Parts: sequence; structure tokens; C-alpha cells
Amino acid sequence: MTALKSAATTPQAESAAGPLVGRPIPRLEDTAILTGAARYADDLPVKPGTLHAAILRSPHAHAEVLGIDVGAALTMPGVAAIVTGEEAKRFASPFLVGVKAPMEHWCLAIDRVRYVGEPVAVVLAENRYLAEDALDRIEVRYRPLPPVTSIEQALDPASELLHPAVGSNIANTRNFLYGDPDSQFETAPHRLSLTVHYPRNSCTPMECFVVQAEYDPAEGGYEVLSNFSGPFAVHPVMARALNVSGAKLRLKSPPHSGGSFGNKQAVFPYIVLMGLCARVSGRPVKWVEDRLEHLMAATSATGRRMDLEAAVDADGKVLALRMQQTEDCGAYVRAPEPASLYRNHGNLTGAYDIRHLAVVNRIALTNKTPSGLNRGFGGGQLYFGLERLMHHIAVTLNLDPLDVIRRNLVPASAMPYATASGGQLDSGDYPATVEEAIERGGLAELKARRDKARAEGRLYGIGYAAIVEPSISNMGYITTVLTAEERRKAGPKNGAQAAATVAVDPTGGVSVSVASVPQGQGHRTVLAQVIADVFGLRLEDIRVVTDFDTAKDAWSIAAGNYSSRFAGAVAGTAHIAAMRLRDRLARLAAGQLNVRPEDVRFENGKVFAASNPENTLSFSRLAAAGHWAPGTLPEGQEAALRETAFWTPDPLKAPTDADHINSSACYGFIFDFCGVEVDRVTGQVRIDHYVTMHDAGRLLNPLMVEGQVMGGFAQAVGVALYEEYAYGEDGGFLSGSFADYLVPTSMEVPVPVILHRESPSPVTPLGAKGAGEGNNMSTPVCIANAVADALGIDTVTLPLTPSKIAALIDGEEPPRPVVAGAPPAPEPVKTAGGRGLSGEGSRTVPATPEEVWAILLDPKELAALLPGCEALDLVGPNSYRAEVVVGIGPVRGRYTAEVALSDLDPPNSLTLAGSGSSALGTGRGTGHVTLERTAEGTTVRYRYTAEVGGKVAAVGGRMLDSASRLLIGQFFDKLIARAGGPAAPAEKPSLLKRLLRLLGLAR
Amino acid sequence: MKPAPFDYLRPASLSEALAALASGGDEARILAGGQSLMPMLNMRLVQPRLLIDLSLLDELRSLEARDGWLTVGAAVTQAELMARPTLAEEVPLLAAALPWIGHFQTRNRGTVCGSIAHADPSAELPLCLVALGGEVMLRSARKRRSLPAAAFFLGPLTTAKEADEIIEAVRFPLRKAETGHAFREVAMRHGDFAITACAAIADRNGLRLAVGGVADRPIARDWPLLAGAELDEALNAFAWDLGGDDDQHATARYRRSLVRRIGRTAIEEALACRP
Repeated sequence: MTALKSAATTPQAESAAGPLVGRPIPRLEDTAILTGAARYADDLPVKPGTLHAAILRSPHAHAEVLGIDVGAALTMPGVAAIVTGEEAKRFASPFLVGVKAPMEHWCLAIDRVRYVGEPVAVVLAENRYLAEDALDRIEVRYRPLPPVTSIEQALDPASELLHPAVGSNIANTRNFLYGDPDSQFETAPHRLSLTVHYPRNSCTPMECFVVQAEYDPAEGGYEVLSNFSGPFAVHPVMARALNVSGAKLRLKSPPHSGGSFGNKQAVFPYIVLMGLCARVSGRPVKWVEDRLEHLMAATSATGRRMDLEAAVDADGKVLALRMQQTEDCGAYVRAPEPASLYRNHGNLTGAYDIRHLAVVNRIALTNKTPSGLNRGFGGGQLYFGLERLMHHIAVTLNLDPLDVIRRNLVPASAMPYATASGGQLDSGDYPATVEEAIERGGLAELKARRDKARAEGRLYGIGYAAIVEPSISNMGYITTVLTAEERRKAGPKNGAQAAATVAVDPTGGVSVSVASVPQGQGHRTVLAQVIADVFGLRLEDIRVVTDFDTAKDAWSIAAGNYSSRFAGAVAGTAHIAAMRLRDRLARLAAGQLNVRPEDVRFENGKVFAASNPENTLSFSRLAAAGHWAPGTLPEGQEAALRETAFWTPDPLKAPTDADHINSSACYGFIFDFCGVEVDRVTGQVRIDHYVTMHDAGRLLNPLMVEGQVMGGFAQAVGVALYEEYAYGEDGGFLSGSFADYLVPTSMEVPVPVILHRESPSPVTPLGAKGAGEGNNMSTPVCIANAVADALGIDTVTLPLTPSKIAALIDGEEPPRPVVAGAPPAPEPVKTAGGRGLSGEGSRTVPATPEEVWAILLDPKELAALLPGCEALDLVGPNSYRAEVVVGIGPVRGRYTAEVALSDLDPPNSLTLAGSGSSALGTGRGTGHVTLERTAEGTTVRYRYTAEVGGKVAAVGGRMLDSASRLLIGQFFDKLIARAGGPAAPAEKPSLLKRLLRLLGLAR
Repeated sequence: MKPAPFDYLRPASLSEALAALASGGDEARILAGGQSLMPMLNMRLVQPRLLIDLSLLDELRSLEARDGWLTVGAAVTQAELMARPTLAEEVPLLAAALPWIGHFQTRNRGTVCGSIAHADPSAELPLCLVALGGEVMLRSARKRRSLPAAAFFLGPLTTAKEADEIIEAVRFPLRKAETGHAFREVAMRHGDFAITACAAIADRNGLRLAVGGVADRPIARDWPLLAGAELDEALNAFAWDLGGDDDQHATARYRRSLVRRIGRTAIEEALACRP
């Protein structure tokens, strides 16, 4: 953390001579943030009469919605309105989808739910408490459908269709061919292949989504305040969904953000949803997303399967690549997806000179939360495949992984380098950067540590990753998903227009506003540095306006904060606007100073002639002239009051007919290496030493870059070792709290060695490139490569949890000892992973099979057997509707359950099935029961499978198995008790006896 | 994430609390530190009609070592217990285990008895109570009783405490002569719910290992002074008896493997630190 130290020793950095840009100036915005003075979206006042929204969400991964009964909920105190898919159909439209597929995605489920957490209804009430009270009273009837929970399942044509009209769970497939890979594969000495999976995860901002929405019936327009972060290409999507023009959807964002990392893009469906709610209720509406909602249903990075094949020569040079990328976009292809898959299309070959490339891109639909923007967007996925492949090549060909990287890097002499797929790597000397990192980062010492550790029998490995970090996305890259023919019909899309406005006021104050929403990039600081330098002013003379309003600010569809575009595009555009304004001020001053405009200088709050510094004006006096005395301006001179600039990077063209696309304006370079140790006993990974070398072009504020690198690194450690949005095989969501979705803390994140080179970008106005996403792309695979090196294996799956690693390094589990004379103990319950629960058991009942059969078939008896059953009504032959209160300890839910007996073979066997739902979620179970006559009476054997979904599964995953066993045990113990037998089962006498006594079911 | 409506009572005395609990019955819950209950309330997993807050009752703040026991009242926080200067001599296992419980912020509010009452199968304090053979002092408007720890924990979040009872205090036996203690835990991150936690106690005659996070409650097993392959066999049998379940973070097999490995380490450490 050298930069932090150097900043601390120069607190008055701005008082030093020279320009402010390039100096490690501490963040000006932090005073407000750290003292609690910052106002976030939820802190902003609401209008009188505002209703508060609570959203009813699907507990099912996949189900038909048969009916929604809001009658009881509407009568609850404080409830003003309840909005369902019916209202959505009346006042809204489905969202535009970025692929040509007949897929309808509405802001509220219409007739089907496709992921756990999908919005089904909204209660609008006087406050959030009352709204949530009413949520529990809405009754939704679902018919569950088989879920699709993996990419492999989506690829299976037999899987249940999420969108029957699409006709497949693969929404789009595109093939790309660059060069002649086939002939390379024919002649290459080696052909190597590797398949990897990248998990679903997210950067989880501290602040969740917030929307305040109003509808103005006189104007027929919507006004919304939300912490939406862009891209504003989504603004037309929202306006279309609300059936209005863009001008009638006024969208404002607050001055401060509690983090986004791209995630706040995914608030947009809720902007539409709350607009709809405001229109239906006729009142302003506010909604604040809670953490459970966010983790479960906000957004996620895409999961990706990559099947890679490389044609390689003897020394590790990659001659050609074939890559199949199958992207898990979740239940809907939600804007701007499938951008995750195409954002890196121009840099699919990374930092390497690989001329021949064949690509198959598929978009898979699964019953999971729709994916969206997330720091590193598509890069973590791509490089996990590419850099694992480079490591695999080295290991297979018995080469040093570093040599394989060296032999494939784009040489400095080739810059700017046109990639096979159309990218323009703009600047840098990758080989020299690698060598510098090795030298300054201490690779030789690290190798010595590894050798020493290995000599002691420890598991120690070194990993590498070399990547390019794209920034400033081309708005046309997403159209690469379309064929050239489709693109011609749709019209060209390209560029990345940024906007900035700079104004001087009559006192000489300067304000700047940009079409970008701050999320931690330091807008306040960096823009003040850039603008102050232009006008020769101090940081405190510059007012950076960080809130944003589509009705008043200059913007275009590329506006917003994403794809690392702040330093390169936004700050650069502010510089252009400021320079134009300065030029006009210079012309004004030239007349007064009697010099030529190009001789006018702006320094230290003064405006003076370069040739005669005594010939001077104060900046404020010059600024005032345009305001106070426009009538006395020289002939033909416009007052210098305000300047708005739009800028788009020149190299960003639309995809060519051959599908070449320069997907980003500039490309930084990152080289990482690290040493990790794996604990043989526990399988835990410890990051021993991490070096990350960046070339992000010109650094506008090195301290800010350091913060960005640290933040991205911390999140990447999470991706590598801890974080995953986990789903059960039934599609149930299992990571509903921060006790289950594990974000590393400062305890788990080591401080990396951060190194820099600066190769200014020829593309951006200030030479800066993006720097904030790189480690999210490079670090997960660098750690994975190090773990693979430590373990000497090739299969590493993220996150690298101790349990997974132990499974890789442990041999056979020691068998269960057999105790002579004792009956074989039951095997522990096996679950196939996820929350598909299953088990079996048997009990001896002192009654004949006929007597037991009679108990099971008698509704009164059955009611007494079912745990917590309060009512059981016959609704058909052997089928019942039951009211049950089920729970473990204090956690209890009232379920309305359907119970049915089937496969009746009296008095030998039957199947008992039940399913129910409550505000806590859903439960479903099937038990097959056989009765066997024995000398003691009847042996009752049972086999069960169960599924638990919704909230309980999302936050209680650790205890579901044992809780299910407890409940099933209760049923059978009651059966034994009813049949007149002892309540004590063989295996766990004390537990169950006490439990039954506690429940008043046994003596 | 807002709780369902409930009444909140801050009683002036324990007897008022017990009377309220007796009349509230199953619909009343006790609030102490709230580190588990408040999130459960906010998620509406628990929906009591009445919340009785014991945290400010001076009667329940006792923390004293007497007659061979360290008695910890219901309002004593984990941080207060941890800060007791004599704890490492009195109950060394607790001193070793307390830093593993959540984070200092949660320990500042979380109570010792609250963790016992919550009965999370992975929690450290129930594990220590079972390992040490401690007792749970229960009290209702009707009666007082105490239960040995092993009889108190029945399953996940499930205990032998009746609806009208509160845990007035728990008590841990004070260290016995010639006894060594050790605590080991593996969790995903520091402060997380244990994947497996082991508490070992050794004296001149035998060993005890108690394990949390594997079965549906903490379970202890006693052995004579085993070593070498015999100890491995005993640990293996214990691991299989505990069983364990898969969840998204760890497999049952991994949990059993930790019983064998960190269980052994803990036992060796306990043996080594016998005075």
C-alpha cells in the first residue's frame, strides 16, 4: 500500500507545484461518506402520500401461475392497492430482448414463474411493515414444472422449456470463424482441450436497489428517482415497457451511491414495476430492496461453460483456438444481455497473438435469476477458461507456464495490434511489463519459497495470469449476437458517446456535471483535478455535480457508469468541454490583455499573458464578464458561460460483415502471479503472496487506482475462494443471507503488491484506460492456477472451498467400522447435493399390517399423525386438504397442504405425498411406505424424498436435512404410538423420547 | 424484511417476565442479545405475539465462580464473559472457544444463554457446555429445574426448554486439576458457522471429545487414554456415528474427515497442556 503511505505524507498535495492530474490526491467525497453526511437514495425525502411497496416473489424455480387471490390481503390495514400481472398487461409491455427470440419478460409474472424470487405481485401500503403483513395473505396457486438448473440441462433438448415459444432452452447460437483454425489443427504437433465452468456470483453492493416513482396523468409521463447506474441504453427499454417515449420517463439519480459494481443496472425492471404501481395506485410509490431480495433475485454474473481446444506447437505457442462458450443468462435474456458473452469479443484471445480462432457462442436459459452487469463483466468468465488453458498447455507439454505466456504475448512491435476477432489493442509493451513484474514483484524469491515448502512436504503452488482489460464498451458489440443480415435490418450500432457540461458562474466558480453516476470511482475528486488544471484553479473552486437527471442533463445511450469508462471516456470528455470553455475565455481575455488568445495562460486563479505575467486579470473577473456585461463583449464573441461536449472514441465501429468487432475503445494489460499454500489437513487455501502489475495507461490519480485495484482484488478473492449463488437441484435458491453467500472480509483478503507501468492510450483524451475491473478478471484464475499447481491437478472449480479441495486431495474415506454383534447402523442420509432431501428408515409397530393400514387410511388418524395438523378435509378419494403448522424450534409456518395417498396395495404398501406453501416457502415430499408382517407385529419401512423451497431454503440450508428428518421422525413415532407400540425407536432413543414427551405425544 | 407485529415488554423484574411468559405461552419469545432472534424476526421466520426483553434485568447479570461452577446469568454477554480476567484459569475451554464466536460486534450484544437457548448445531457455546458437562438452569413461574447439557439439546434449534421457561443461567464446571483443554474449528471464514468444531478435554484417566456442526446437535464421546491407531479408530467410529449432512458449503464426508483430523489435533493439544 505504498500509494496510501505517500498520500498520507502529502496531505496538502494540491499545494505542491505542477498539475493536479497524476497526483495521489485523497478522495474529496470521503468526508461526506465517512461522517454520515452523504445522502443515498433511501435517505432522500418522499412526497406526502407516498405508498410503500413490498413484492411477493415466487418460491418456485419453475411453475405455472394458476391464480392469484388478493382478496384477503386487500382488507388488511393500511393497504391501498395490490398490483399483479393483470395490471402489467393493461398498462405495460414486455421488455425488449437483445436476441431475436419470442421471449416475453414482464415486470410481473403473467402466467408462469421462471426463477425463485421472480416478482408475482406488489402490495402498496402506508408503510413497509403493513405491506409485508399483507404479502403473507396473498394466495397464489402454482403448478410446479420441472426446473432447468444447469447449462448441461439447458443443452439437453429433452429439458422442460422455459419459454415454449422460443422452442429451445438455447436462446441463441452463433458461430464465428477467424483465420483458418482447421488447417492449423490438422498440422499442429499438439491438440489440447479443456472444459471449465465459471460459477454464478455477484459483487453485492452494500446499498440495495431503491426506486421512488410517480405518474403524472396530466402529462401522461413518469418521474422516477432511482440508484440506477446505466447504461442508459436501458432507458429506452424502460420507456418502451411503460408505453411512453423516453422524454416521458424522467429518471433521476441521487448524488451518492452505496456501491454498484454494475449491479445497479438491474434495478431497471423495478423502475418499470414501480412506475406501473404509481400509475395503478395514483400515488407516489417507494420501494427499497432488502438483502434477501437482492441476493435471491436482483442479478448475477453469468455462469459459463467453456469448452476449449488449442492447436499448439512444441514450445507452447498457440497456433489456433476453438472455443465454445455456453452462457447461463438465467430465466430471461434481460437487457443488456447477452452483453456478458460479447463484451470481450474483440479480445477473445486475451493478451496473446493467436491468429486463428473458431468460436461457438450459445445463450442458455435456466431457472435462475436473470444475469446482468457485474464488475469484470464477462472477463472473469473468459479468462478463467483462457488462462486455465495456458496453464494446462504448460503442464501437459512439461513447460514452464511463464514461458508459455511469454511465447504467446502480443509483441510490442505489433502495437497497435488487431486481434483475430477485430479488437484493436491500443498500446503497451506486454513482454516488458511481464519482465518488470517478475523483477519488482520478486518471482525468484517466491519460487524459492515454493521449493522450500515442497521440500518440507507442504502443498504450495504458483499461478500466473496475463490478460487484457477492456474499457469503454462499444455500443455496437452486443449486435455481434445478430447475423450480419439481421444487423443490416436493425441499422448500425457503434460508438460510446460520453457527455459532460462545464459552466462558470458570475463569481468565478466552476461546475461540472457528467453523464455518469458515481459508484466509488471518485468522480468528485478526479473531475475536480482535471477541471482545476484546465482553468488554473484549486480543487475547492470546482463543484462537481454528481446527481443526474435525464430531463436536464446531456446524455446519450452510452451514458452511465459501467465498462470502466469513467477515467478514459467521462473524465476525458469533461476535459474536452473545459478546454473549449477555456478557449472561449482566452479569446475574451485576449482582448482585455491585448495579446493573442494562444498567449493567454490560466494559473493560480489568474489569467495572464505568457509573455508578460504582470499583465493579469483574476479568473473570477473574467468569468463575471460574460454574465454581467454580455453587451460589451467584442464583436462576434459569444459569452463563455457553459459548454457541453459529447465525445465518442474513434475506433469504435459497428461489427463488420465478417463479424470483426472492436468491442472496447482501449485495453489495459495485467500480469498477476501469486503463491498459495493448501492446508493438507483442512483443504483451506492461504494466499501467501500476490503480485498484480497493471498498465492502465495514464493514471489520473494513482491513489484512486490503488483503491480500485484493492477493491477488485478483494472481490476476486471472494470469487476464487468463497462466493457462489448456489441453487439446489430443485432450483431452490440457497444463498439468501450473508451467512450463506460468503463475502471475504479484511480477515480473508491479503494486501497484494500493486505495480504499475503507464502506456498512455492513443484513443482517450487524457490517455487513461479503465483500471477498476482488471483484477475481477485476472485474480480468480491466477489463484486457481496456483491451487492447480499446488495440488498437481487439472480440475479446479470455483469457488475453491476447503470441502472441494479436500475431496481432491483425500484418498478413500476410512470405512465405517463394523461392530461385532450389533445390527448394522443405518447409513447416513445421502443427498445428491443441493436441497433435494432424501432418506429412509424403518420402525417396528406392535400391530398387524391390517391395523396399521386402517390407521393410515383413516382421515382422523392421518390428521393426528401429520406434524402440526390442525384440520384435514377430504377433497377427493384419498386426497385431502390440510392446515398444518410445521416448524423447527421457534421457526414455524402455517401451510395449506395437499395430501394424497396413492399406489394403494392393502395392506402392503402405499405412497403418501404432500405439498404445501406458506409465507416461509414451499415444501413437497413423497414417502413410499411398505408394511411387512413380523413376529413382533409389523415392520414399517419408508423411503422419502422432499424438497424445500423459498425463504426457508434460502436462509436455512444448513439445517434442512436434520429438520426434515426430525419432522418425518415425528410422523412415524406418532404412527407407532397410535398403533399402541413403544415410542422409542432403536437408533436415537433419548432424542426422540424427549422430543415426543415435549410435544405431548408420548409418556 | 420487516417483522410481523408483536408486543414488546421490558419487564422490571424476573418475576414479571416469568408471569408474562406464562400467560403468553407458545406465542411469547425471550429476547436477550437478539443476534439470532432479530434477523429471524425480520425475515418473519419467527412471528411471536410478545417479545420479552431480559437484557436489562440486573437479576440476570450475575457472573460468578462458586462451589465448583462458573455461573453465567441470562443477560451476560459473550464479550463480558470473554473479558473476565480469570476465565482462562476457571474454564480454559471457554476462553479458547469464545474468540471463535462470530465477531466482536456480535459478541458485544450476543448473550451466552441466548446462544444456548438458540441451539444452533454449529454454535460454539452449546458445544462447550456439552463438552464440559455443564448445566442449564431453567425457571418458570411454576418451578425451577436444571438439566445437564446433553439432555437439553434435542436437535436443530430444538431444546428441552418448555414454552413457559427461561434459561435463568447456565453453569460450566470449573477446571479440575490435571485437566487439559483444547478447541479447534474449521469455518469458511473467521466468525462463520462452524463446518466442524471440536472441543477436547483430557485428564490422567481419559479423553473426551465433543463435536459441533456435524450431527444435529453437539455430541460428546468419552474414551480411555487412547493413542495412535486406536485413537484413529475411535475417531473414525465417532465420525461415522455423527453422520453429518451435505450443504452448499461442505459435504458430510468433509465434516467427518475434520472430526478425524482436527478432533485428533484437539485431543493431542489437550493432552499436551495438562498441567
